[in-house]
Amino acid sequence: MKKKKAVSKKWPEKWQEINPGCMVFTPGNASALHTGSWRAQRPVLDTQKCIKCGLCYIFCPEGCIAEDSEGFFKANLDYCKGCGICAHECWPEAIVMVEEEE
Amino acid sequence: MGKRVGMEVGIAAAEAVALCNIDVAAVYPITPQSHIAEHMADIVHDGRINAEFITVESEHSSISACAGASAAGARVYTATSSQGLMLMHEILPIISAMRLPVVMGNANRAISGPLNIWNDHTDIMPQRDCGWICMFAENGQEVIDMTIQSFKIAEHPDVMLPIVLNIDGFQLTHMIEPLEFPSQAQVNRFLPPRGPFVALHPDNPISMGCFNMPDIFAESMKVKETALRNSKKTIVKIWKEWGKMFGRHYKPVETYKAKGAKTLILTMGSMGETASVAVDEMREKGASVGLVKMRLWRPLPIEELRAAIRGAKTLIVMDRAVSFGGAGGPVATDIKSYLYQDMSRPKVVNYIMGLGGRDVTVDDFIAMTKKAVKKKEDTFEFYGVRE
Repeated sequence: MKKKKAVSKKWPEKWQEINPGCMVFTPGNASALHTGSWRAQRPVLDTQKCIKCGLCYIFCPEGCIAEDSEGFFKANLDYCKGCGICAHECWPEAIVMVEEEE
Repeated sequence: MGKRVGMEVGIAAAEAVALCNIDVAAVYPITPQSHIAEHMADIVHDGRINAEFITVESEHSSISACAGASAAGARVYTATSSQGLMLMHEILPIISAMRLPVVMGNANRAISGPLNIWNDHTDIMPQRDCGWICMFAENGQEVIDMTIQSFKIAEHPDVMLPIVLNIDGFQLTHMIEPLEFPSQAQVNRFLPPRGPFVALHPDNPISMGCFNMPDIFAESMKVKETALRNSKKTIVKIWKEWGKMFGRHYKPVETYKAKGAKTLILTMGSMGETASVAVDEMREKGASVGLVKMRLWRPLPIEELRAAIRGAKTLIVMDRAVSFGGAGGPVATDIKSYLYQDMSRPKVVNYIMGLGGRDVTVDDFIAMTKKAVKKKEDTFEFYGVRE
């Protein structure tokens, strides 16, 4: 398991650099924060068992599951926090949670 | 002096707001603030000002509506009291953290329980640490003046903080006093239209009220603390400007016959007037007594206070609230911690008095002063409680 890339400067270094009211002037910059780094387990999809029902996509609280060109629903590991809800909801048991650590 | 009119102070507070070209008022009525709410609604309904009056279902909603409107760039006003302020509590630190210049009038009233609708300062004290600028008016004229000043202070680019103006419930809100209003032209000259630092707008998307991770939360609190502390400079500057325009002068700490006095009484709000009469009577009998009135409570004007009490032997701090199980009244507790390091500090005698509308008369101030002078060390006690 390879290490996650560290996100470049996330916070202002000094308190003096903080915008008044912590206002954020760059819309959509939440995507720069890769919440996938919080994950302890990652979902692994078995495409042999997957019936492409999309339940995982519906239940994912992070909204990080999307349909790929073949019709499979896959988690974006940059943002997947590893909650395991997709694996829990997947009734054909095509998704299993695998430990991140080696 | 201009033309004076006889008017109830609560009504006058709403009239002062009407002079300030506000965009939104969201006010939920509560005794003894109701006349402010009702008159504000009348003014908007009658089309006297071009503003939106949002009828809300609670104080939590009124302050939330103010936050939203202020974020969108509006000049906003709300008023409340006691339980209403307690219900607003959750939103108060958010507004100051978001640096929204909301102006609020608080008709000071005791908090339940037992239920009591009369005046003391127990409602504002639990909100003390919310990061708002907190001021006290002593009479009706000050309510008008300070309401108008509040918008200018709150919206100043060096401040950008909400302000709560404390107006003693009944003692002030329901008094009919001779009052002088500035003209609309004068207010327009004093108070420019609000030019927000930024405002919510679809054409220029920004995020306000963002989430903070542990990596940055402490830094954000440091920003808030510094902003509140630094606001005093601008407050004083704007008060000077007001003094030049209208001839009525405002200072963070005001004194009355305090120079060289051995004993000083410290008050906040309307009781300063009664205390000044007591000082006159005691001075006539040769006692070395003076009065110190704190207009600004947050940020605490400690430098001005130190200068005002220099040389005094006894400082009598009148608190209209108590920190149960703590070191006494909130005002005395703060002042004592600042004075702790001062070698020549006065003895600080703290009275908890005037709770829940209990009258504090001139004779009471004289009795408290006589008693305090005889004390050997710092004390705090309830005054006038039947035993």
